[in-house]
Amino acid sequence: MAAQRDHRPRTEPRPATAAQPLGMFAAALAQHQGAAVDSLHKLLIDRVSTLLTCTVMGIALALPLALWLLLQNLTLLGTGVDRTGSISLFMQQDDPAALHNLVAQLKARDDVAEATLITPEQALQEFEQKSGFGEALAGLDENPLPPVITVEPASDDGAEVTALYEYLQTLPGLDVAQLDLQWLQRLQAAVQLASQLALWLTALLGLGVVLVIGNTIRLAIANRSAEIVVIKLVGGTDAYVARPFLYTGFWYGVGGGLIALVLVEISLWTFGSPLTRLLTSYDPAFQLGGLGLQGGFLVVVASGALGWLGSAVSVIRHLRAIEPR
Amino acid sequence: MIKFDDVSKRYPSGHEALSHVSFALDDGELAFVTGHSGAGKSTLLKLIMRMELPSSGQLVINGQNLNKIAREQLPYYRRTIGLVFQDHQLLFDRSVYDNVALPLQIAGYDPREASRRVRAALDKVGLLRKETQNPLALSAGEQQRVGIARAVVNKPSLLLADEPTGNLDPELAVEVMGLFEQFSQVGVSVLIATHDHHLISRMRHRRLQLEQGRLIAGSPVQSSVQSSVQSSVKSPVKGTH
Repeated sequence: MAAQRDHRPRTEPRPATAAQPLGMFAAALAQHQGAAVDSLHKLLIDRVSTLLTCTVMGIALALPLALWLLLQNLTLLGTGVDRTGSISLFMQQDDPAALHNLVAQLKARDDVAEATLITPEQALQEFEQKSGFGEALAGLDENPLPPVITVEPASDDGAEVTALYEYLQTLPGLDVAQLDLQWLQRLQAAVQLASQLALWLTALLGLGVVLVIGNTIRLAIANRSAEIVVIKLVGGTDAYVARPFLYTGFWYGVGGGLIALVLVEISLWTFGSPLTRLLTSYDPAFQLGGLGLQGGFLVVVASGALGWLGSAVSVIRHLRAIEPR
Repeated sequence: MIKFDDVSKRYPSGHEALSHVSFALDDGELAFVTGHSGAGKSTLLKLIMRMELPSSGQLVINGQNLNKIAREQLPYYRRTIGLVFQDHQLLFDRSVYDNVALPLQIAGYDPREASRRVRAALDKVGLLRKETQNPLALSAGEQQRVGIARAVVNKPSLLLADEPTGNLDPELAVEVMGLFEQFSQVGVSVLIATHDHHLISRMRHRRLQLEQGRLIAGSPVQSSVQSSVQSSVKSPVKGTH
Protein backbone atom coordinates (compact mmCIF):
# COMPACT_ATOMS: atom_id res chain seq x y z
CA MET A 1 0.00 0.00 0.00
CA ALA A 2 2.68 2.45 0.96
CA ALA A 3 4.61 1.41 -2.11
CA GLN A 4 1.85 2.46 -4.39
CA ARG A 5 1.60 5.89 -2.88
CA ASP A 6 3.50 8.67 -4.44
CA HIS A 7 3.56 11.34 -1.81
CA ARG A 8 7.01 12.56 -2.52
CA PRO A 9 7.54 14.64 0.60
CA ARG A 10 11.06 15.21 -0.60
CA THR A 11 11.21 17.11 -3.84
CA GLU A 12 14.97 17.14 -4.02
CA PRO A 13 17.52 15.12 -2.12
CA ARG A 14 19.78 17.26 -0.05
CA PRO A 15 22.77 16.29 2.00
CA ALA A 16 21.92 16.19 5.68
CA THR A 17 24.40 18.89 6.50
CA ALA A 18 22.73 21.45 4.26
CA ALA A 19 19.94 23.02 6.27
CA GLN A 20 20.00 23.10 10.03
CA PRO A 21 17.70 25.86 11.19
CA LEU A 22 19.21 25.88 14.66
CA GLY A 23 22.53 27.53 15.31
CA MET A 24 25.33 25.59 16.98
CA PHE A 25 24.75 27.20 20.35
CA ALA A 26 20.97 26.86 20.36
CA ALA A 27 21.25 23.25 19.20
CA ALA A 28 23.75 22.41 21.93
CA LEU A 29 21.57 24.12 24.52
CA ALA A 30 18.50 22.21 23.38
CA GLN A 31 20.43 18.92 23.51
CA HIS A 32 21.74 19.69 27.00
CA GLN A 33 18.27 20.53 28.18
CA GLY A 34 16.89 17.39 26.60
CA ALA A 35 19.57 15.19 28.15
CA ALA A 36 19.12 16.78 31.58
CA VAL A 37 15.34 16.37 31.58
CA ASP A 38 15.40 12.86 30.07
CA SER A 39 17.98 11.54 32.49
CA LEU A 40 16.09 12.99 35.48
CA HIS A 41 12.89 11.45 34.12
CA LYS A 42 14.55 8.03 33.76
CA LEU A 43 15.87 8.24 37.33
CA LEU A 44 12.44 9.14 38.68
CA ILE A 45 10.87 6.17 36.91
CA ASP A 46 13.31 3.82 38.63
CA ARG A 47 12.64 5.38 42.02
CA VAL A 48 13.80 2.69 44.41
CA SER A 49 17.25 2.08 42.98
CA THR A 50 17.75 5.81 42.47
CA LEU A 51 16.89 6.44 46.11
CA LEU A 52 19.28 3.68 47.18
CA THR A 53 22.18 5.11 45.21
CA CYS A 54 21.45 8.62 46.45
CA THR A 55 21.24 7.37 50.04
CA VAL A 56 24.62 5.67 49.78
CA MET A 57 26.02 8.97 48.54
CA GLY A 58 24.11 10.91 51.20
CA ILE A 59 25.50 8.84 54.05
CA ALA A 60 29.03 9.05 52.69
CA LEU A 61 28.70 12.82 52.41
CA ALA A 62 26.86 13.39 55.71
CA LEU A 63 29.72 11.94 57.75
CA PRO A 64 32.44 14.44 56.81
CA LEU A 65 29.84 17.19 56.60
CA ALA A 66 28.71 16.65 60.20
CA LEU A 67 32.30 16.47 61.38
CA TRP A 68 33.15 19.65 59.54
CA LEU A 69 30.14 21.39 61.05
CA LEU A 70 31.14 20.31 64.56
CA LEU A 71 34.70 21.55 64.04
CA GLN A 72 33.41 24.81 62.62
CA ASN A 73 31.41 25.30 65.80
CA LEU A 74 34.35 24.39 68.03
CA THR A 75 36.57 26.88 66.20
CA LEU A 76 34.03 29.59 66.92
CA LEU A 77 33.93 28.52 70.54
CA GLY A 78 36.94 30.63 71.64
CA THR A 79 35.87 33.84 69.97
CA GLY A 80 33.52 34.88 72.78
CA VAL A 81 36.33 34.58 75.33
CA ASP A 82 38.93 37.26 76.00
CA ARG A 83 41.88 36.26 73.85
CA THR A 84 44.60 37.43 76.28
CA GLY A 85 44.36 34.59 78.73
CA SER A 86 44.23 35.73 82.33
CA ILE A 87 46.09 33.78 84.99
CA SER A 88 44.36 32.69 88.20
CA LEU A 89 46.52 32.34 91.28
CA PHE A 90 44.93 30.13 93.93
CA MET A 91 46.62 31.15 97.19
CA GLN A 92 47.37 29.06 100.27
CA GLN A 93 47.78 31.90 102.71
CA ASP A 94 44.71 33.93 103.56
CA ASP A 95 46.15 36.88 105.44
CA PRO A 96 44.34 39.79 103.75
CA ALA A 97 47.14 42.27 104.37
CA ALA A 98 49.76 40.02 102.74
CA LEU A 99 47.44 39.35 99.81
CA HIS A 100 46.77 43.04 99.20
CA ASN A 101 50.48 43.64 99.40
CA LEU A 102 51.10 40.94 96.78
CA VAL A 103 48.44 42.40 94.50
CA ALA A 104 50.08 45.83 94.74
CA GLN A 105 53.47 44.26 93.89
CA LEU A 106 52.01 42.50 90.87
CA LYS A 107 50.28 45.65 89.64
CA ALA A 108 53.61 47.42 89.69
CA ARG A 109 55.14 44.98 87.21
CA ASP A 110 55.50 46.03 83.57
CA ASP A 111 54.16 42.77 82.22
CA VAL A 112 50.98 42.89 84.29
CA ALA A 113 48.07 45.00 83.11
CA GLU A 114 45.77 44.32 86.05
CA ALA A 115 45.75 42.23 89.18
CA THR A 116 42.59 41.69 91.21
CA LEU A 117 42.03 39.95 94.49
CA ILE A 118 38.96 37.82 94.88
CA THR A 119 38.50 37.05 98.52
CA PRO A 120 36.96 33.73 99.58
CA GLU A 121 33.78 35.61 100.56
CA GLN A 122 33.45 37.24 97.16
CA ALA A 123 34.17 33.94 95.42
CA LEU A 124 31.53 32.17 97.47
CA GLN A 125 28.96 34.81 96.61
CA GLU A 126 29.71 34.63 92.90
CA PHE A 127 29.70 30.85 92.97
CA GLU A 128 26.32 30.78 94.72
CA GLN A 129 24.83 33.06 92.08
CA LYS A 130 26.22 31.30 89.07
CA SER A 131 26.14 27.64 89.91
CA GLY A 132 22.94 27.25 91.84
CA PHE A 133 24.79 25.22 94.47
CA GLY A 134 24.02 27.95 96.99
CA GLU A 135 22.12 25.77 99.41
CA ALA A 136 24.70 23.05 99.41
CA LEU A 137 27.42 25.58 100.07
CA ALA A 138 25.39 27.26 102.79
CA GLY A 139 25.30 23.94 104.57
CA LEU A 140 29.11 23.90 104.90
CA ASP A 141 30.65 24.99 108.19
CA GLU A 142 33.42 27.03 106.69
CA ASN A 143 34.17 28.56 103.31
CA PRO A 144 36.10 25.96 101.31
CA LEU A 145 37.16 28.45 98.65
CA PRO A 146 40.70 29.82 98.60
CA PRO A 147 41.54 33.45 97.92
CA VAL A 148 42.25 34.01 94.23
CA ILE A 149 44.27 36.66 92.49
CA THR A 150 43.51 37.09 88.80
CA VAL A 151 46.33 38.55 86.80
CA GLU A 152 45.78 40.08 83.34
CA PRO A 153 49.04 39.98 81.36
CA ALA A 154 49.97 43.23 79.63
CA SER A 155 50.88 41.41 76.43
CA ASP A 156 48.90 38.82 74.53
CA ASP A 157 52.03 37.32 73.06
CA GLY A 158 52.12 33.63 73.92
CA ALA A 159 55.80 33.55 74.94
CA GLU A 160 55.52 36.60 77.24
CA VAL A 161 52.37 35.24 78.87
CA THR A 162 54.13 31.93 79.42
CA ALA A 163 57.14 33.70 80.92
CA LEU A 164 54.89 35.63 83.32
CA TYR A 165 53.05 32.40 84.13
CA GLU A 166 56.32 30.70 84.99
CA TYR A 167 57.38 33.60 87.21
CA LEU A 168 54.03 33.58 89.02
CA GLN A 169 54.41 29.90 89.80
CA THR A 170 57.41 30.79 92.02
CA LEU A 171 55.42 33.20 94.21
CA PRO A 172 55.49 32.38 97.92
CA GLY A 173 52.20 31.23 99.40
CA LEU A 174 50.88 30.04 96.05
CA ASP A 175 48.89 26.87 95.84
CA VAL A 176 48.16 26.56 92.10
CA ALA A 177 48.63 28.97 89.19
CA GLN A 178 46.28 28.37 86.29
CA LEU A 179 46.49 29.81 82.84
CA ASP A 180 42.76 30.20 82.24
CA LEU A 181 42.81 29.79 78.51
CA GLN A 182 44.95 26.68 78.48
CA TRP A 183 41.86 24.64 77.80
CA LEU A 184 41.13 26.85 74.81
CA GLN A 185 44.63 26.44 73.41
CA ARG A 186 44.43 22.71 73.88
CA LEU A 187 41.01 22.65 72.27
CA GLN A 188 42.22 24.62 69.32
CA ALA A 189 45.15 22.27 68.85
CA ALA A 190 42.74 19.36 68.99
CA VAL A 191 40.40 21.05 66.53
CA GLN A 192 43.30 21.61 64.17
CA LEU A 193 44.22 17.95 64.33
CA ALA A 194 40.61 16.96 63.82
CA SER A 195 40.37 19.32 60.85
CA GLN A 196 43.23 17.49 59.20
CA LEU A 197 41.44 14.27 59.92
CA ALA A 198 38.19 15.67 58.51
CA LEU A 199 39.97 16.76 55.35
CA TRP A 200 41.42 13.30 54.91
CA LEU A 201 38.05 11.70 55.62
CA THR A 202 36.35 14.05 53.16
CA ALA A 203 38.86 13.15 50.47
CA LEU A 204 38.41 9.42 51.09
CA LEU A 205 34.64 9.49 51.19
CA GLY A 206 34.54 11.86 48.21
CA LEU A 207 36.60 9.30 46.31
CA GLY A 208 34.15 6.65 47.48
CA VAL A 209 31.26 8.70 46.11
CA VAL A 210 33.02 9.13 42.77
CA LEU A 211 33.59 5.37 42.57
CA VAL A 212 30.01 4.51 43.54
CA ILE A 213 28.63 6.82 40.86
CA GLY A 214 31.23 5.59 38.39
CA ASN A 215 30.14 2.01 38.95
CA THR A 216 26.45 2.84 38.74
CA ILE A 217 27.04 4.66 35.47
CA ARG A 218 29.15 1.77 34.17
CA LEU A 219 26.16 -0.52 34.68
CA ALA A 220 23.86 2.01 33.02
CA ILE A 221 26.19 2.17 30.03
CA ALA A 222 26.29 -1.62 29.79
CA ASN A 223 22.47 -1.76 29.98
CA ARG A 224 22.11 0.72 27.16
CA SER A 225 24.90 -0.47 24.90
CA ALA A 226 22.44 -1.41 22.12
CA GLU A 227 21.02 2.09 22.18
CA ILE A 228 24.51 3.59 22.16
CA VAL A 229 25.41 1.59 19.06
CA VAL A 230 22.30 2.82 17.24
CA ILE A 231 22.98 6.42 18.24
CA LYS A 232 26.56 6.18 17.03
CA LEU A 233 25.43 4.69 13.73
CA VAL A 234 22.98 7.49 13.04
CA GLY A 235 25.69 10.05 13.68
CA GLY A 236 25.73 10.70 17.41
CA THR A 237 28.99 12.21 18.59
CA ASP A 238 30.80 10.93 21.70
CA ALA A 239 29.60 14.05 23.50
CA TYR A 240 25.99 13.38 22.54
CA VAL A 241 26.22 9.79 23.74
CA ALA A 242 27.96 10.81 26.97
CA ARG A 243 25.61 13.64 27.90
CA PRO A 244 22.69 11.67 29.40
CA PHE A 245 25.12 9.66 31.53
CA LEU A 246 26.86 12.79 32.76
CA TYR A 247 23.54 14.32 33.72
CA THR A 248 22.51 11.07 35.40
CA GLY A 249 25.66 11.32 37.53
CA PHE A 250 24.90 14.95 38.27
CA TRP A 251 21.36 14.15 39.43
CA TYR A 252 22.62 11.30 41.62
CA GLY A 253 25.00 13.83 43.16
CA VAL A 254 22.27 16.39 43.74
CA GLY A 255 20.05 13.72 45.28
CA GLY A 256 22.91 12.49 47.47
CA GLY A 257 23.65 16.06 48.57
CA LEU A 258 20.02 16.64 49.53
CA ILE A 259 19.93 13.40 51.54
CA ALA A 260 23.20 14.39 53.24
CA LEU A 261 21.61 17.71 54.23
CA VAL A 262 18.59 15.94 55.66
CA LEU A 263 20.84 13.57 57.64
CA VAL A 264 22.88 16.46 59.02
CA GLU A 265 19.71 18.36 59.94
CA ILE A 266 18.40 15.29 61.75
CA SER A 267 21.63 14.92 63.71
CA LEU A 268 21.63 18.65 64.56
CA TRP A 269 18.08 18.27 65.76
CA THR A 270 18.97 15.20 67.83
CA PHE A 271 22.32 16.26 69.27
CA GLY A 272 21.95 20.02 68.98
CA SER A 273 20.56 20.90 72.40
CA PRO A 274 22.83 18.66 74.53
CA LEU A 275 25.80 19.89 72.51
CA THR A 276 24.82 23.52 72.99
CA ARG A 277 24.41 22.95 76.71
CA LEU A 278 27.87 21.42 76.93
CA LEU A 279 29.57 24.12 74.90
CA THR A 280 27.87 27.12 76.53
CA SER A 281 29.34 25.95 79.83
CA TYR A 282 32.71 26.84 78.33
CA ASP A 283 31.62 29.92 76.42
CA PRO A 284 28.34 31.51 77.47
CA ALA A 285 28.12 33.39 74.16
CA PHE A 286 28.28 30.18 72.15
CA GLN A 287 25.55 29.50 69.62
CA LEU A 288 25.35 26.29 67.62
CA GLY A 289 25.57 27.16 63.92
CA GLY A 290 23.98 25.07 61.14
CA LEU A 291 24.88 25.05 57.47
CA GLY A 292 22.52 27.83 56.51
CA LEU A 293 20.88 28.25 53.14
CA GLN A 294 24.09 29.19 51.36
CA GLY A 295 26.03 26.31 52.89
CA GLY A 296 23.28 23.87 52.00
CA PHE A 297 23.20 25.10 48.43
CA LEU A 298 26.98 24.76 48.21
CA VAL A 299 26.80 21.18 49.51
CA VAL A 300 24.24 20.23 46.85
CA VAL A 301 26.23 21.87 44.06
CA ALA A 302 29.49 20.27 45.20
CA SER A 303 27.78 16.91 45.49
CA GLY A 304 26.34 17.32 41.99
CA ALA A 305 29.83 18.10 40.72
CA LEU A 306 31.15 14.93 42.41
CA GLY A 307 28.42 12.91 40.70
CA TRP A 308 29.28 14.47 37.35
CA LEU A 309 32.94 13.67 37.95
CA GLY A 310 32.20 10.06 38.87
CA SER A 311 30.11 9.69 35.75
CA ALA A 312 32.80 11.31 33.61
CA VAL A 313 35.37 8.81 34.89
CA SER A 314 33.11 5.94 33.89
CA VAL A 315 32.08 7.50 30.58
CA ILE A 316 35.69 8.08 29.54
CA ARG A 317 36.61 4.51 30.44
CA HIS A 318 33.64 2.64 29.01
CA LEU A 319 31.84 4.67 26.37
CA ARG A 320 34.55 4.68 23.75
CA ALA A 321 34.72 0.92 23.98
CA ILE A 322 31.15 0.59 22.71
CA GLU A 323 31.46 0.88 18.97
CA PRO A 324 29.19 -0.50 16.28
CA ARG A 325 30.58 -3.87 15.14
CA MET B 1 28.48 8.13 -4.78
CA ILE B 2 30.30 4.94 -3.82
CA LYS B 3 33.68 3.99 -5.20
CA PHE B 4 35.51 0.85 -4.10
CA ASP B 5 39.00 0.69 -5.50
CA ASP B 6 40.70 -2.67 -4.95
CA VAL B 7 39.39 -2.96 -1.42
CA SER B 8 40.30 -5.93 0.76
CA LYS B 9 39.35 -6.63 4.32
CA ARG B 10 41.18 -9.17 6.38
CA TYR B 11 40.13 -9.66 10.00
CA PRO B 12 42.69 -10.19 12.75
CA SER B 13 41.64 -13.85 12.82
CA GLY B 14 43.11 -14.15 9.31
CA HIS B 15 39.74 -14.53 7.60
CA GLU B 16 39.65 -12.49 4.41
CA ALA B 17 36.10 -11.20 4.20
CA LEU B 18 36.58 -9.07 1.09
CA SER B 19 39.19 -9.60 -1.54
CA HIS B 20 40.17 -6.94 -4.10
CA VAL B 21 36.70 -5.54 -4.61
CA SER B 22 36.26 -2.69 -7.06
CA PHE B 23 32.98 -1.13 -8.14
CA ALA B 24 31.20 2.19 -8.34
CA LEU B 25 27.64 3.24 -7.60
CA ASP B 26 26.27 6.35 -9.27
CA ASP B 27 24.26 9.09 -7.64
CA GLY B 28 20.63 8.00 -7.52
CA GLU B 29 21.45 4.42 -8.52
CA LEU B 30 19.92 1.43 -6.77
CA ALA B 31 21.94 -1.78 -6.63
CA PHE B 32 21.76 -5.08 -4.79
CA VAL B 33 24.61 -6.83 -3.09
CA THR B 34 23.98 -10.57 -3.17
CA GLY B 35 25.73 -13.71 -2.10
CA HIS B 36 25.50 -16.45 0.49
CA SER B 37 25.93 -15.63 4.12
CA GLY B 38 29.62 -15.20 4.75
CA ALA B 39 30.23 -13.98 1.20
CA GLY B 40 31.15 -10.55 2.52
CA LYS B 41 27.90 -8.56 2.18
CA SER B 42 27.91 -7.36 5.80
CA THR B 43 31.59 -6.50 5.67
CA LEU B 44 30.98 -4.41 2.56
CA LEU B 45 28.28 -2.40 4.34
CA LYS B 46 30.40 -2.08 7.47
CA LEU B 47 33.23 -0.64 5.42
CA ILE B 48 30.88 1.96 3.94
CA MET B 49 29.59 2.86 7.43
CA ARG B 50 33.22 3.04 8.50
CA MET B 51 32.55 0.50 11.25
CA GLU B 52 35.59 -1.24 9.86
CA LEU B 53 38.64 0.03 8.01
CA PRO B 54 39.80 -1.71 4.82
CA SER B 55 43.04 -3.65 5.14
CA SER B 56 44.03 -2.32 1.73
CA GLY B 57 42.52 -0.30 -1.10
CA GLN B 58 40.69 2.99 -1.30
CA LEU B 59 37.06 3.62 -0.45
CA VAL B 60 35.52 6.94 -1.48
CA ILE B 61 31.96 7.75 -0.45
CA ASN B 62 30.32 10.97 -1.57
CA GLY B 63 33.75 12.40 -2.38
CA GLN B 64 35.23 11.50 1.01
CA ASN B 65 38.09 9.04 1.30
CA LEU B 66 37.16 6.89 4.28
CA ASN B 67 40.78 6.11 5.07
CA LYS B 68 41.25 9.78 5.82
CA ILE B 69 38.27 10.51 8.04
CA ALA B 70 39.32 11.37 11.59
CA ARG B 71 37.48 9.73 14.46
CA GLU B 72 35.91 13.05 15.46
CA GLN B 73 34.54 13.53 11.95
CA LEU B 74 32.95 10.09 11.85
CA PRO B 75 29.56 11.07 13.34
CA TYR B 76 29.18 13.88 10.79
CA TYR B 77 30.05 11.51 7.96
CA ARG B 78 27.52 8.96 9.21
CA ARG B 79 24.77 11.58 9.23
CA THR B 80 24.94 11.62 5.43
CA ILE B 81 24.05 7.92 5.29
CA GLY B 82 20.77 6.27 6.12
CA LEU B 83 21.10 2.74 7.47
CA VAL B 84 18.33 0.13 7.55
CA PHE B 85 19.05 -2.93 9.69
CA GLN B 86 17.73 -6.42 9.24
CA ASP B 87 16.41 -6.40 12.81
CA HIS B 88 15.38 -2.72 12.54
CA GLN B 89 17.25 -1.77 15.78
CA LEU B 90 14.47 0.39 17.12
CA LEU B 91 14.62 1.71 20.67
CA PHE B 92 11.74 0.39 22.74
CA ASP B 93 12.02 2.98 25.49
CA ARG B 94 10.42 5.63 23.28
CA SER B 95 7.61 6.13 20.82
CA VAL B 96 7.66 5.57 17.06
CA TYR B 97 7.86 9.34 16.62
CA ASP B 98 10.89 9.66 18.92
CA ASN B 99 12.63 6.77 17.19
CA VAL B 100 12.30 8.45 13.82
CA ALA B 101 13.24 11.85 15.29
CA LEU B 102 16.50 10.50 16.78
CA PRO B 103 18.81 11.40 13.85
CA LEU B 104 17.34 14.92 13.74
CA GLN B 105 17.76 15.35 17.49
CA ILE B 106 21.36 14.25 17.18
CA ALA B 107 21.99 16.65 14.31
CA GLY B 108 20.43 19.46 16.34
CA TYR B 109 17.35 20.30 14.32
CA ASP B 110 14.77 22.81 15.42
CA PRO B 111 11.92 20.79 16.97
CA ARG B 112 9.31 22.26 14.58
CA GLU B 113 11.39 21.48 11.51
CA ALA B 114 12.13 18.05 12.98
CA SER B 115 8.46 17.44 13.59
CA ARG B 116 7.62 18.33 9.99
CA ARG B 117 10.28 15.94 8.68
CA VAL B 118 9.38 13.09 11.02
CA ARG B 119 5.74 13.27 9.96
CA ALA B 120 6.73 13.41 6.29
CA ALA B 121 8.94 10.32 6.74
CA LEU B 122 6.25 8.44 8.68
CA ASP B 123 3.68 9.40 6.08
CA LYS B 124 6.01 8.13 3.37
CA VAL B 125 6.11 4.65 4.97
CA GLY B 126 2.40 4.80 5.79
CA LEU B 127 2.69 4.89 9.58
CA LEU B 128 1.67 8.43 10.44
CA ARG B 129 -1.25 7.12 12.51
CA LYS B 130 1.08 5.11 14.72
CA GLU B 131 3.49 7.87 15.69
CA THR B 132 2.56 7.83 19.39
CA GLN B 133 2.79 4.06 19.78
CA ASN B 134 5.68 2.08 21.15
CA PRO B 135 7.47 0.14 18.39
CA LEU B 136 6.87 -3.04 20.43
CA ALA B 137 3.17 -2.74 19.62
CA LEU B 138 3.83 -2.85 15.87
CA SER B 139 4.06 -5.82 13.51
CA ALA B 140 7.41 -6.89 12.05
CA GLY B 141 6.63 -5.17 8.75
CA GLU B 142 5.63 -1.97 10.49
CA GLN B 143 8.76 -2.03 12.65
CA GLN B 144 10.90 -2.40 9.55
CA ARG B 145 9.13 0.57 7.95
CA VAL B 146 9.76 2.68 11.08
CA GLY B 147 13.42 1.73 10.67
CA ILE B 148 13.28 2.94 7.07
CA ALA B 149 11.60 6.20 8.12
CA ARG B 150 14.42 6.75 10.63
CA ALA B 151 16.99 6.06 7.92
CA VAL B 152 15.56 8.61 5.49
CA VAL B 153 14.35 11.33 7.87
CA ASN B 154 17.68 13.13 7.69
CA LYS B 155 17.48 13.16 3.86
CA PRO B 156 20.67 11.17 3.39
CA SER B 157 22.34 11.06 0.01
CA LEU B 158 23.05 7.35 0.46
CA LEU B 159 20.76 4.68 1.84
CA LEU B 160 22.17 1.32 2.95
CA ALA B 161 20.04 -1.66 3.85
CA ASP B 162 21.26 -4.93 5.37
CA GLU B 163 18.80 -7.73 4.59
CA PRO B 164 15.83 -5.36 4.99
CA THR B 165 13.34 -8.04 3.98
CA GLY B 166 14.98 -10.88 5.91
CA ASN B 167 12.25 -11.06 8.54
CA LEU B 168 9.30 -10.17 6.34
CA ASP B 169 6.79 -12.27 4.46
CA PRO B 170 6.93 -11.95 0.63
CA GLU B 171 4.11 -9.44 0.34
CA LEU B 172 5.68 -7.05 2.88
CA ALA B 173 9.07 -7.58 1.26
CA VAL B 174 7.76 -6.37 -2.10
CA GLU B 175 6.29 -3.34 -0.39
CA VAL B 176 9.57 -2.48 1.35
CA MET B 177 11.54 -2.89 -1.87
CA GLY B 178 9.06 -0.56 -3.56
CA LEU B 179 9.89 2.08 -0.95
CA PHE B 180 13.58 1.80 -1.72
CA GLU B 181 12.88 2.21 -5.44
CA GLN B 182 10.97 5.38 -4.71
CA PHE B 183 13.88 6.83 -2.78
CA SER B 184 16.26 6.11 -5.63
CA GLN B 185 13.85 7.79 -8.02
CA VAL B 186 14.21 11.05 -6.11
CA GLY B 187 17.99 10.90 -6.32
CA VAL B 188 19.06 8.89 -3.27
CA SER B 189 21.69 6.24 -3.96
CA VAL B 190 20.55 2.93 -2.52
CA LEU B 191 22.60 -0.18 -1.80
CA ILE B 192 20.72 -3.22 -0.52
CA ALA B 193 22.37 -6.37 0.76
CA THR B 194 20.04 -9.32 0.35
CA HIS B 195 19.95 -13.00 -0.49
CA ASP B 196 16.33 -12.88 -1.61
CA HIS B 197 17.05 -13.84 -5.24
CA HIS B 198 13.43 -14.54 -5.98
CA LEU B 199 12.44 -10.99 -5.08
CA ILE B 200 15.24 -9.11 -6.82
CA SER B 201 15.05 -11.15 -10.02
CA ARG B 202 11.82 -9.31 -10.68
CA MET B 203 13.49 -5.92 -10.27
CA ARG B 204 15.65 -4.38 -12.95
CA HIS B 205 18.63 -3.23 -11.01
CA ARG B 206 22.31 -3.97 -10.97
CA ARG B 207 23.41 -6.92 -8.83
CA LEU B 208 26.80 -7.00 -7.21
CA GLN B 209 27.37 -10.66 -6.58
CA LEU B 210 29.87 -11.63 -3.91
CA GLU B 211 31.34 -15.07 -3.46
CA GLN B 212 33.87 -15.78 -0.74
CA GLY B 213 34.80 -12.13 -0.59
CA ARG B 214 35.22 -11.66 -4.34
CA LEU B 215 33.00 -9.64 -6.59
CA ILE B 216 32.11 -12.11 -9.35
CA ALA B 217 29.41 -10.12 -11.16
CA GLY B 218 27.99 -6.63 -11.38
CA SER B 219 31.12 -4.52 -11.41
CA PRO B 220 32.45 -2.92 -14.60
CA VAL B 221 34.33 -5.62 -16.49
CA GLN B 222 37.61 -3.77 -16.54
CA SER B 223 38.01 -3.35 -12.84
CA SER B 224 36.88 -6.93 -12.32
CA VAL B 225 39.64 -8.21 -14.59
CA GLN B 226 42.08 -5.80 -13.07
CA SER B 227 41.28 -6.94 -9.60
CA SER B 228 41.60 -10.62 -10.43
CA VAL B 229 44.92 -9.97 -12.15
CA GLN B 230 46.11 -8.01 -9.18
CA SER B 231 45.01 -10.70 -6.79
CA SER B 232 46.91 -13.39 -8.66
CA VAL B 233 49.99 -11.22 -8.79
CA LYS B 234 49.89 -9.98 -5.24
CA SER B 235 48.88 -13.13 -3.47
CA PRO B 236 49.33 -16.30 -5.51
CA VAL B 237 48.25 -18.36 -2.53
CA LYS B 238 44.71 -17.22 -3.00
CA GLY B 239 44.63 -18.55 -6.55
CA THR B 240 43.35 -21.84 -5.18
CA HIS B 241 39.70 -21.07 -5.83
